[in-house]
Amino acid sequence: MSPAPRARRPVAVVSFAQAHNVRREDERNEVEMLMPVVAEVFANIGITKDDVGFICSGSTDYLVGGPFSFVTALDAVGVWPPRPESHVEMDGAWALYEAWVLLQEGEVDAALVYSFGRSSPGNLAEIMALQLDPYTLAPLWPDPVSLAALQARALIDAGRATEADFAAVAARNRKAALANPKAQVAHDRTVEELLGEEYVVAPLRRHALPPITDGAAAVVLAAGDTARRWCERPAWITGIDHRIETHAPGARDLTTSPSTALAAERAGVGDGPVDLAEVHAPFASQEGIVLEALGLGGNGGAGGAGAGSNGSNGSNGSNGSNGSNGSNGSLVVNPSGGALAANPIMTAGLARIGEAATRIWSGDSNRAVAHATSGPCLQQNLVCVLDAAWEGA
Amino acid sequence: MAEGDVLIATHVLDYPYSRSVGPVIGAFLTGLRDGRIVGARTPSGGVVVPPTEYDPQTGEDVGEIVEVGPAGTVESWAWVTTPGPKQPLDHPFAYALIRLDGATTSMLHVVDTGSPDALATGARVAPRWKPAADRIGHVLDIEAFVLEGGTGGAGTGGAGTGGAGTGGAGTGSTTGGAS
Repeated sequence: MSPAPRARRPVAVVSFAQAHNVRREDERNEVEMLMPVVAEVFANIGITKDDVGFICSGSTDYLVGGPFSFVTALDAVGVWPPRPESHVEMDGAWALYEAWVLLQEGEVDAALVYSFGRSSPGNLAEIMALQLDPYTLAPLWPDPVSLAALQARALIDAGRATEADFAAVAARNRKAALANPKAQVAHDRTVEELLGEEYVVAPLRRHALPPITDGAAAVVLAAGDTARRWCERPAWITGIDHRIETHAPGARDLTTSPSTALAAERAGVGDGPVDLAEVHAPFASQEGIVLEALGLGGNGGAGGAGAGSNGSNGSNGSNGSNGSNGSNGSLVVNPSGGALAANPIMTAGLARIGEAATRIWSGDSNRAVAHATSGPCLQQNLVCVLDAAWEGA
Repeated sequence: MAEGDVLIATHVLDYPYSRSVGPVIGAFLTGLRDGRIVGARTPSGGVVVPPTEYDPQTGEDVGEIVEVGPAGTVESWAWVTTPGPKQPLDHPFAYALIRLDGATTSMLHVVDTGSPDALATGARVAPRWKPAADRIGHVLDIEAFVLEGGTGGAGTGGAGTGGAGTGGAGTGSTTGGAS
């Protein structure tokens, strides 16, 4: 394999906005959800659409139920005068990757990335089954909860995590979400309380599941001096990479995430200290797998996933709203509450990058890792390293 | 518009295409029609089931088609208490990853035991086939997997007959939990 590509041109996340995540947007369609978000992401840094040379979006037509629905969503930005524009049928984190690649080429200095997911009109369990292999998987209609439950049981059977670990992850994320005004689900509950819930699909109880969310998010990327002009402390993307595993869950070891590990290696996660991670682990059982694959999951070996997820959590509450990782006192995991606080389809991954960047701008973080996932059981993963400093710039 | 007075339009999207499944998935589906389960041998000696045209780990072309199972071992399972309308069984069941005998990957399917107490990781299961005349070359030509040697799950909805039978001996499977 060729050497890991490092960012050649300094490109930074300079603005982020997101809708208030809710269970059901009955009164607004996708364009109407996006319009205030796009307006805010520009207003944050005092620019207009005329200041960005490229627009890229991430969404899925399956939620809307109509082909090329993403074209309509461009109305939220305005189609005139025309701008080079692209779309991925993926989470907006991958749209951000496409925009980052274009910015590396040097033809434009700034890009708008947005994504949206309005799940409420349809049956998300059935829609998500349609992303699976059409011959061997989709006809069985396995819903995302059932697939995640297979992964969770594999973790438990391997002695890598317990149901109490999952509850601790849920408690910590949702407690952190109390400080996130855009969160959909936020509360302060003990692990014991959560373990008293019924199973939805055993071994996953209600608390281990992400909410079903209607939401939208947007980010502005800018290069070099443009970024410095628009943002006092830009969140420079020093490395970004995405990898995918086979579409057959039965051909994978579901207790690990080799695609995350490879993306993390190529994005250079281990090249410096990490003080903050925003990981896109929709199910509480998945956070430990992701942290371990990122190299942030504690002491490794047996119980590694558990160590990553045990940390200091809601049940002892000594760390305020931010959970901190047990093995590394300076690492804050998901101060936003992560995807357990809000999981808008095709949007929660982009929001992780935005949430991490926000904390670089504020000075709360100097070097952060953002992660996005897609597909069943963490099949596909993107890792983005954000740094307050651009080396040599 | 008054609160709660919301217009809702139902929209059905249909893709009426027919697709060719090719020589490998085609062999798998044809096998199912004939009451056999086949996989594909990879260059490294693995057997992928359900087969793909490539090794899922390396991307290399697969070789010969080989018969596996039909029985296998449950690698992981998830108990669905409230099946959705499109899911294969209308009563509680498990989605399971099943390592069929002779395979080196696991196949996702449903297991019908009537009760989660009758199922455990490591349980031995075998397919419950549709009648030959009803099989069309589809993954649901196997109605469900059932405990090996068992009576075929809770198809009748009776807790007394369902899956709590004789299967899983020596595999750690608990029997009789629902009775």
